[in-house]
Amino acid sequence: MADTITLQVTRYRPEQDAEPTVQEYDVPLRKDWAVLDGLNHIRDHQDGTLAYRWSCRMGICGSCGMTVNGEPRLTCATFLTDYAPGPVRVEPLAGFPVIRDLIIDIGDFMRKLPTIKPWIVRDDDKPLSEGEYLQTPDQMDDYKKFSMCINCMLCYSACPVYAIDPDFIGPAAIALAQRYNLDSRDEGAEVRLDRLIHPDGIWGCTFVGECTRACPKGVDPAGAIQRYKLTAAVQSLKTFLLPRGAR
Amino acid sequence: MNNPPGDAAYEPRLYRAPVSILWWLRRRSYFFFVLRELSSVFVAWSVVFLLLLIRAVGRGGGQYRDFLDWSATAWVIILNLVTLGFLVLHAITWFNLTPAAMVLRLRGQRVPPAAIAGSAYLAWVVVSAFVVWIVMRR
Repeated sequence: MADTITLQVTRYRPEQDAEPTVQEYDVPLRKDWAVLDGLNHIRDHQDGTLAYRWSCRMGICGSCGMTVNGEPRLTCATFLTDYAPGPVRVEPLAGFPVIRDLIIDIGDFMRKLPTIKPWIVRDDDKPLSEGEYLQTPDQMDDYKKFSMCINCMLCYSACPVYAIDPDFIGPAAIALAQRYNLDSRDEGAEVRLDRLIHPDGIWGCTFVGECTRACPKGVDPAGAIQRYKLTAAVQSLKTFLLPRGAR
Repeated sequence: MNNPPGDAAYEPRLYRAPVSILWWLRRRSYFFFVLRELSSVFVAWSVVFLLLLIRAVGRGGGQYRDFLDWSATAWVIILNLVTLGFLVLHAITWFNLTPAAMVLRLRGQRVPPAAIAGSAYLAWVVVSAFVVWIVMRR
């Protein structure tokens, strides 16, 4: 195995570049090094101007999502040896505006996320003296998968609908809405309905399925969206056919 | 929050990569997605073809024979073969989607996704066999 591997890193310095360029760096090729370790080596030893986001290095914080050889990946969980002998292309996540080098602007997602009310909504909160809202393991299983989302944006980057139509609310936001809709303690499904059935909501999704394949946490946003489409269709039918009290 | 006097507001010059019109050739899944969207045109054509057949049958033997002659022309046969291919793609896509959209529980246990998709395929075979039986019986 070679001692080094070449990283072809996208650079974009808005004060001097009209558009991104590619810069090559040779980094040590070590068995336990992820792409993020290679980037840290560049920044610490070769070029301190390289800009990228990272934090936990263990697939929890969702900060280090980038495009590695054309695929959206968490760079802390993507190992250099899998790409040997290289080179490895490292680009910012596709489908997002780039602020600098490998840093994308996630403001659009941050503005959309609160619109689906990703928290437990109750009609009436019971007093603390009555204790917790209890839940069985089966009830927890209903939403647990969707609660694993770390907001890493890999699903948005993989979604061609979001790239073409940035108004689309996107996979993670819908999966997170389902996380609360399916929670037995939540009573907010009705208040989320209007946002989710908006033309930029679930019906924007055409089930390409790449969001689920890209997700590093097994959240299955595509499944969440298709499941909610069925729920929304049944709800619309009930609204049309049944009197108000029976819906 | 207001910026201090003399400070420019933070307005980064963002780079937005243009989306190529050939984006759908970048991945196999994107390509199949576009084919699936396109399949709806052929689904519509199959409905039009069926309506034309019903109209011809309703107008008597002469019109029906004219319809059969028109249906046997090379371009209609080719169009209908392409339509058949797209209809199969459309149907398979929907059957494979079913387990993602439906979560069924039987006696407290979640029905496996393969069983949900399998029952859709089984229903397809049964209905197709019934249609073949109707067409073939004399």
